[in-house]
Amino acid sequence: MEKLLELRNISKSFNKELVLDEFNLYVKRNEFVTLLGPSGCGKTTALRIIGGFEKPDSGSVFFEGQDITDLAPNKRNLNTVFQKYALFPHMNVEENIAFGLKIKNKSKQYIADKIKYALKLVNLDGYGKRSVDAMSGGQQQRVAIARAIVNEPQMLLLDEPLAALDLKLRQDMQYELIRLKNELGITFLYVTHDQEEALTISDTIVVMNQGYIQQIGTPESIYNEPENAFVADFIGDSNIIDGTMIDDLLVEFLGVKFKCVDTGFGKNKPVDVVLRPEDIILTKPDNDTKLKGVVTSLIFKGVHYEMDVMVNGYELLVHSTKLEPVGTEVGIDVDPENIQIMNKPASEDEEVASLED
Amino acid sequence: MKIKLSKKWLASPYIIWMVGFIVLPLITIFIYGFTAVDGGFTFENIINAAKDKVNMKALGLSLIISAISTVICFLLAYPLAMCLNNLKMKRKTFVAFLFILPMWLNFTLQMTAINALLEQEGIINLVLTKLGIEPLQIANTPTAIVIGMVIDYFPFMLLPIYNVISRIDHRLIEASKDLGANSVKTFFKIIFPLSLPGVISGITMVFIPAISDFAIAEILGGGRLLLIGNIIEQDFKLGRYNGGSGLALILMAFVLITMAVTSAKSDKEGGHML
Repeated sequence: MEKLLELRNISKSFNKELVLDEFNLYVKRNEFVTLLGPSGCGKTTALRIIGGFEKPDSGSVFFEGQDITDLAPNKRNLNTVFQKYALFPHMNVEENIAFGLKIKNKSKQYIADKIKYALKLVNLDGYGKRSVDAMSGGQQQRVAIARAIVNEPQMLLLDEPLAALDLKLRQDMQYELIRLKNELGITFLYVTHDQEEALTISDTIVVMNQGYIQQIGTPESIYNEPENAFVADFIGDSNIIDGTMIDDLLVEFLGVKFKCVDTGFGKNKPVDVVLRPEDIILTKPDNDTKLKGVVTSLIFKGVHYEMDVMVNGYELLVHSTKLEPVGTEVGIDVDPENIQIMNKPASEDEEVASLED
Repeated sequence: MKIKLSKKWLASPYIIWMVGFIVLPLITIFIYGFTAVDGGFTFENIINAAKDKVNMKALGLSLIISAISTVICFLLAYPLAMCLNNLKMKRKTFVAFLFILPMWLNFTLQMTAINALLEQEGIINLVLTKLGIEPLQIANTPTAIVIGMVIDYFPFMLLPIYNVISRIDHRLIEASKDLGANSVKTFFKIIFPLSLPGVISGITMVFIPAISDFAIAEILGGGRLLLIGNIIEQDFKLGRYNGGSGLALILMAFVLITMAVTSAKSDKEGGHML
């Protein structure tokens, strides 16, 4: 697929603080790409550079093969859905949606048709004459989306658009966004700090920290095969344990050797081992059990119990649907394919990046 | 309940002040305005005041001068407010300073100084003559009064406009550009409409005091140009309380009309007077 957008070696600093450093990224047509990271990781700055609201200190932005680095925001064939919506308070819903079309001198009939279509698309049929102040956060968000998409942009930039909504509404809107993207065939570039949201809506996730890309991949690969400790820690809960790669397909951690599926790390190499809490299997301990531990805390979380299990001086986080009371001795096992091996951070930069948050 | 009551009491000093210095004088003016010298009820004061050519000429001049001063204040204040808002350091103290600075100088002194600048033999004309340019004939003309009014009332136009502009969410401007509007269109479709409440406040706060002004006209008009305020002042000085009150009531009607128009406009825009 062709690259719709490409960022090449973008650097940007504010008050001498480097926010993006030699940042490279491309987005393919019709993709739903999410920039995910903690606040201050540079994701919003990247989006603002693409929208044209910030100029990079160096590097270029290419859109449909054209260098648009110096192009004013109003000349770019993309639209933004702003955090907190930024609806025009002196205009009603229709006037807000019509704004971009009126600027482009579209005919009255065309604008009326577009408004009708857009309101239907975002489930706000009949709300056209409402004042935007009289609408709920969720409704305002829909107006903001409608206002952007009537312009038929090649690409929609969304800056934490759901951050101000409550949980239930946010989940509903996530599905709506996926539906919209599929119906419209517009490329979405989405910014969020919410890892669950990113996993739900994205085709591709770009995990960022401190101005650097930590990992790019599908939601599944980001979750199941985090490339470093930062990603493992940021995406969901995880246990990151020091280990040694004895040989291909064999790793030792917590004093015990486990079979795994990773190869190519070399022999007797120190590594980080990532265990997802839901992948740890608690068993009844017997003589064959190679790793034993004691449950030290128990919290009911709804879908599962969250337990801390003390194993050879390390506290493992375990999610299980089966309750084990505090003080119980349990056996611990992990399937080979659920053991994720990562190289130890090589440079100090990576170390810093992984410790932040 | 108790708390509410005690909070209401906090307003009482001003209420006493207001009754003594605003409400009672207002009532007095109404009484004088609608009574003849012998004490009987009459519309004569108002009718006579309205019939008098000198009065109406002065009222007309007052309206024109106030309107021109208001427009000039607006044309000067709006770009300045935009400019102040764009300053990297949005220092409120700096804006307050701009607002207060003209008040450092005693008002009478300020007006006298302007007169000295504009006079036939004044500083400006002295310089112009030296440069071989025809001297200006500004002193004691409506132009001189307009200059004085603009200097005196300018801060009252600047402050409300700046306040409103500085509170416009910057994302709205970005959203406008994002949707394809250039800077000019963004100004006329977003910034200006959203700043209207401030503009209306500014107009109210300049036009209303200007229309009833007499001090500026007295100093800069050289006593030859009569504004409506000057005539009312003369009437009262000469003991013509009934006639003066009649004229004051006519002026009041103009003030009330101005306020009705501006507040209706600002209600429509969803803004507030201040």
